[in-house]
Parts: sequence; structure tokens; C-alpha cells
Amino acid sequence: MPNVMIRIKDNGALLFYIAKKDQEDEIATVEVDTDNEWGGVVELTDGSKYYIEPMSPRPSFPTTLRFKRAE
Amino acid sequence: MTTMTREETQALIQEVLEVYPEKAKKDRVLHLTVNDQGVEQSKKCITSNRKSLPGVMTIRGCAYAGSKGVVWGPIKDMIHISHGPVGCGQYSRAGRRNYYVGTTGINTFGTMNFTSDFQEKDIVFGGDKKLSKILTEIDQLFPLNKGITIQSECPIGLIGDDIEAVSKQGAKELEKPIVPVRCEGFRGVSQSLGHHIANDAVRDWVLGNRDNDTSFEVTPYDVTIIGDYNIGGDAWASRTLLEEMGLRVIAQWSGDGTLAEMENTPKAKLNLLHCYRSMNYVSRHMEEKYGIPWMEYNFFGPTKIAESLRKIAGFFDESIQIKAEKVIEKYKAEFDAVIAKYRPRLEGKRVMLYVGGLRPRHIIGAYEDLGMEVVGTGYEFAHNDDYDRTIKEMGNATLIYDDVTGYEFEEFVKTVKPDLIGSGIKEKYIFQKMGIPFRQMHSWDYSGPYHGYDGFAIFARDMDMTINNPCWNKMQAPWLKSETEDASAEAA
Ligand code: SF4
Repeated sequence: MPNVMIRIKDNGALLFYIAKKDQEDEIATVEVDTDNEWGGVVELTDGSKYYIEPMSPRPSFPTTLRFKRAE
Repeated sequence: MTTMTREETQALIQEVLEVYPEKAKKDRVLHLTVNDQGVEQSKKCITSNRKSLPGVMTIRGCAYAGSKGVVWGPIKDMIHISHGPVGCGQYSRAGRRNYYVGTTGINTFGTMNFTSDFQEKDIVFGGDKKLSKILTEIDQLFPLNKGITIQSECPIGLIGDDIEAVSKQGAKELEKPIVPVRCEGFRGVSQSLGHHIANDAVRDWVLGNRDNDTSFEVTPYDVTIIGDYNIGGDAWASRTLLEEMGLRVIAQWSGDGTLAEMENTPKAKLNLLHCYRSMNYVSRHMEEKYGIPWMEYNFFGPTKIAESLRKIAGFFDESIQIKAEKVIEKYKAEFDAVIAKYRPRLEGKRVMLYVGGLRPRHIIGAYEDLGMEVVGTGYEFAHNDDYDRTIKEMGNATLIYDDVTGYEFEEFVKTVKPDLIGSGIKEKYIFQKMGIPFRQMHSWDYSGPYHGYDGFAIFARDMDMTINNPCWNKMQAPWLKSETEDASAEAA
């Protein structure tokens, strides 16, 4: 269950940063992504998937969230 | 030799790997690649931030070097104790050339070496008592210090000393910040983890110190320089440009920096990050906690400087943007003259780099401004995000090597035959003896600054005086020279 810092990149995409592993990747898709809800399965551009309970309201970035690894 | 094709470069990598045993070869092949600008993510073609192979010569440092040498060391008004045996601090003392103003030994301590000089009995019985005695002694001898950091060397972690407890106790007695840093050299695979640990220590022990103190007057134009270590005066050359465009630099991290500047950093409007590798951690933290945006910039060479100045100005109102253009305009005559003078002498020369944090990609622009080409680059301790940023800067089919071994580097150089190599002191004399012009790109070879427009002039001069130095024609003893060479030398 890594702690992940999510920030908005210059190009508008969300950046997924796992401080523990110093791993930086763009988020490709988010399962639930509406004006007042955000979460579910998050897929990164490298193909790996993570999961977080959908939360509402939508969090404001940058923020640190706890994700689970999803297979 | 002309530029190599993709296949030739690939073949070179294969050839160099041949001598390794099977297992080593399997590991090293992941760290060497031929650049392909089409690749979006570097991890598809290069592996980085892994343990070096036992038995090869690596050029990396340790976590203590990353914390004491890089991040904390330049904070000039604090005293940094190299906690453990005397060697780690003494052999790295004052070698980095991060300049500062102040009277050393009175109110600044940058080039001094403070150590707890562990002996056998400290290892056997623990060094906590010794440490707390040192803290009091330091404060008596150097009362103008603003705080003390304890930079752990390997033994501290091994014997399990509780430096945090000593620090808390000491801070109470001395009424000064005392920062324990757990940067024992064995942590991590290179100095990189030391940067991270040091950043975390800044976050935990320094950044929040003035959160409730509003006495510092802020302006809408406050920025900070983060990750500039003022090597040969780099940060000063950068700072003048920012100030000329109407911004106020309220902190320098950490070259010529002070504890107070660090504590005031959360009051800035924008954090300007030069060395991404060593200070992105704390920048990210400030973005999240204080909402301060950060951006990476590059002050090497006029093209990149102009790009960066415009990007920085984009964060502020129009008056700053106009002033940024004025700054670029103002220095145009100056840098045009530099290019006019040196470009003809350097045009087409090929460079191989192998350095640390940001330079393997940041300096490329400066070389290109002089008409030179970087044909190989690599990092000692980069992570994938650094290579992501490098792929776009480098030409196609150029060599990229991660944590290159002494052997690989030499073999690459023998085939690629660059006109200049930029790396560190350990590589310098090997390549010079091979007859290849060399510049130390960690310490600027006792020159500098190289940042900013002022720095670019010095950079160009240094590259010229190295490459076009007459000594390189004298590598062969006169009696070994064939007659034709003699004749052509005389004709020239
Ligand atoms: S690895 Fe350990 S002993 Fe060696 S310089 Fe680093 S801290 Fe000192």
C-alpha cells in the first residue's frame, strides 16, 4: 500500500509519484473521474494498476493518497 | 570520425560487454542504451538506480556524500558534524568549491571539517556521550553558529547510536536547531538516497520552524533558488538575472545559503529548481503542504537561459514578463560576441559527458550554442525520471550509459573518439593520458561560474582553451613521429 503523491503536470496530466520507490509516472486512466468523485482503478502509462476507494468530493491536487496495488 | 549510426553504437555496446562474465553482462546490458528520441519512457530502454556490480569500478559516492557533501554542507552558518571516523569528512573537505560570503570560523563554516573522530572505544561503548560533549564544545568555540547538523557516517547506524535523542537534548540546552541526519553511507545504492534523506531531514527539522512567524515581509515576487550549490559562484550568476527581471530571491538552497533562508522558504511564491535530482523531494513537499508551485529551469547557455527566463516570467504578471525580455535583450550583444568568438573554434567538436545530478542533460544546450555536439552522456546516480528528461535532449543514436564502469567508459571513448570529455577528477588523468582533452564538470575544473550569461562566457573560454590547447599535438615523442606528420605540422 504505497503512499503516492499526485500532482498536475505542465501538460495537464496527473503525475503519480511513489516517494518510497522514487517512481514517477503519468496516470493514463482513472476509473471514476467526475466533478465530485475520483478514484477506483488507476492505470499508469507503463501499464501498472493501482486502486483507491472512490472519494468524494474530488481531492484537490497536489495531495498524498494511499493506494493499493491492483492486479 | 563521423557520427555513428544506431547499428554501430549498438554493436559497440555489445563489443564492450563481451569481456564480462555472463551474469555481469546480463546486468550491465540494461544500463547501456542507444538513444531513441521516439521512446516516451526511459525505463523501456535503460535501467537506473540499481546497486553497482561488485568487482567493477564505479564512480558513485555514498549516502553520506549526498547529504553532507551536497545538500547540507553548503548551508554556511550551520556546523555540520561528520559523525564517525575522521576520514569521510576530511577527504571530502572543501573539495566541492561551493562558494560563500562570510568569515570562515567566525560566522560561516563551509570549508571547515568538524568530526567526532571515532576511536575503537567509541565503537565499543557507543558515541552518544561524546556527541553531546561535542555539541557543547562547538557552541562554546563557535558561538555564532546558527545550528548544528549531525551527519552520520557508516558506523553510527551499525552500532545503533541514538543521535535523535542526543539532538533533542542538545537543542534544549543550546536553544538552537540540532538536526540529526541518518545518512549512513551504506544506505541506498549511491549518493542519491543521501539527497532524499537530507531532504526529509530538512522537511522534518527545519521547514516548519517559522510557520507561525509572520515577521518576514513578503512580496508578490518572492522566489527561491533550489538545488544550486554555487559551484564557483553559479548561484550568484543565476541570482543576478532573476533580480534583474524584478524578482526577489529570498533563499538559496543550498550554495551560499543560511538556515534562516531555508526556514523562510515556505513564504516564497515560486520555487525554482535547478538540480531536480537532489532537491525535488522537498519541492514536492512544499507544493503539497504550502501550495508553492515549483518549476525546473536550466541556466546553461543562452538558448536555455532565455527559454527558462520566459518560463519563469510566465508565473508572474506582465511587468515581469516585459523585464525578462529586457534582460534577454540586454545580454544579447554579450553572448552573441561570445558565440562569434568561440563558435568557429569549437564548431563540430564532439563531447562525451559523465556527471551527476542534472548536468548530463542541462549542459547539452550550452554545447549546442557553441556548435558542439554531445555524443554520449550518462549519470552516476540518476533515476528513470532523469533519463525521461534526457532522451529528448540527446540526439538520436547517441550513447547513454548509467553508472558506467571505469572499463566501459574507456572502451567507449576509444571507439567514439570524442574531442572532449566532461567528467570528474577520477576520470581526468586517465583520459588526459590517452590524449583526450578533459574538463572536470563537477567542480568546473577550478573555474566557474558556468550558470547564467556571465557563466556562459567563462564556459566557452574554458572549453576552447581545453580543446584547442597546443599540448594535444605533443602526445607523441618527436622521434616517434613519421616524416609526413612533421611536414604537415610545419605546413599548418
Ligand atoms: S561509505 Fe561510509 S565510511 Fe565510506 S565515506 Fe561514506 S559514510 Fe564514510
